[in-house]
Amino acid sequence: MRDAGDPVAAGRRYEREGADELVFLDITASAHARRTRVRLAREVAQVLFIPFTVGGGIGSLEEIRQLLAQGCDKISVNTAAVKTPGLITQAARRFGSQCVVVAIDAKRGARGWEVYTRGGRTPTGQDAVKWAREAADRGAGEILLTSMDTDGTKAGYDLALTRAVAEAVPIPVIASGGAGSLRHLYEGLTKGKADAVLAASIFHYRRYTIPQAKRYLKKRGVPVRL
Amino acid sequence: MIAVVDYGMGNLASVAKALRFLGARPQVTSRPGDIARSQAVVFPGVGAFGEAMGELRRRGLVAPLLEAIGSGKPFLGLCLGLQLLFEASDESPGVKGLAVFRGRVRRLPSRPGLKIPHMGWNRLEKSGIRNPLLRDIPEGAFVYFVHSYYADPQEKKVVIAKTRHGLPFPSAVGDGGKLWATQFHPEKSQVWGLKLLKNFLKEVSS
Repeated sequence: MRDAGDPVAAGRRYEREGADELVFLDITASAHARRTRVRLAREVAQVLFIPFTVGGGIGSLEEIRQLLAQGCDKISVNTAAVKTPGLITQAARRFGSQCVVVAIDAKRGARGWEVYTRGGRTPTGQDAVKWAREAADRGAGEILLTSMDTDGTKAGYDLALTRAVAEAVPIPVIASGGAGSLRHLYEGLTKGKADAVLAASIFHYRRYTIPQAKRYLKKRGVPVRL
Repeated sequence: MIAVVDYGMGNLASVAKALRFLGARPQVTSRPGDIARSQAVVFPGVGAFGEAMGELRRRGLVAPLLEAIGSGKPFLGLCLGLQLLFEASDESPGVKGLAVFRGRVRRLPSRPGLKIPHMGWNRLEKSGIRNPLLRDIPEGAFVYFVHSYYADPQEKKVVIAKTRHGLPFPSAVGDGGKLWATQFHPEKSQVWGLKLLKNFLKEVSS
């Protein structure tokens, strides 16, 4: 979820509508944001009975421990994992791969896709597919893959990127960035070979409801929980 | 009081919260005495088989758990809590499990296109043996899984539901009495997960 007015209320609504999982991402990473995040995890955990992930600026094992202790199911690491890949290894060893999501922000370059950090502001020179593979090798349980090129465009996921990563790693890949229609969700799961699709704005602004999205997918042969 | 066994493996907050939501009084505990005087035991867990058995031994919980099961009080293993009820696991060769059920825990087959861990929502196929734990939960109900290993029981009659991921594996087992375990996470499985926990609580109060 991005910019959800009241994340707890929004979380409840999405669960009621049939969301399978929720991801809470806050983009800033100040000390203030860290405290907010722990409180958010606690409040959300009190009302949700589906898995949820918290991410955005998580930088240490201690922060991960605190969030999991509050009842959050998975944490997502991005910038800190690129800087210190050992964080993935340690988190997976200590808390289990199932709760370690590695978020990758990628941007199309001359050859392939480049990893960006700090909310998409800083290029790293690293190849996104290679980085995804390393993250999986280090024990990540899932990849949350956002295309910086399509994010916010509502023009659909970057299907080539999604497929390249999904085929390169043995762990689930969640496609993110660019969903503007139900067809885009379908394409992410089929052409993009993603294991799950993340969408924010089409649900936040009630362009579609989750049941609408699921019925659409089901009609096209995608197994969904309805 | 329902004892939710804490042996340092995984997130017990959400299990306790779901039980509280349903009106029960769970107590997250690692004290053998609490397990002994509880009305029922919930035995969750996330992590590696060998490490978990090590923690159970270190905290002196093996005997109290076996006694609770032997006493016939309602007992519900969840996820790793299901696997630990078996004799051994490929995950930690040489480590003996609680061996309440005969059989071994094996790694899910990995092949191209099949993701491990098996993580996400998947369907229950009920075995046809009527079981109070799954009462009023429909065939094909979706529940939430996170695991890389599955139990392979020697006696097929303990399987009360299965699920497919590469192969059909037991997603819920029961001993025919009040001992049950699920490979999925009912506390994360929304409506049908809560229904299952409610069924369990009914067995506690009956």
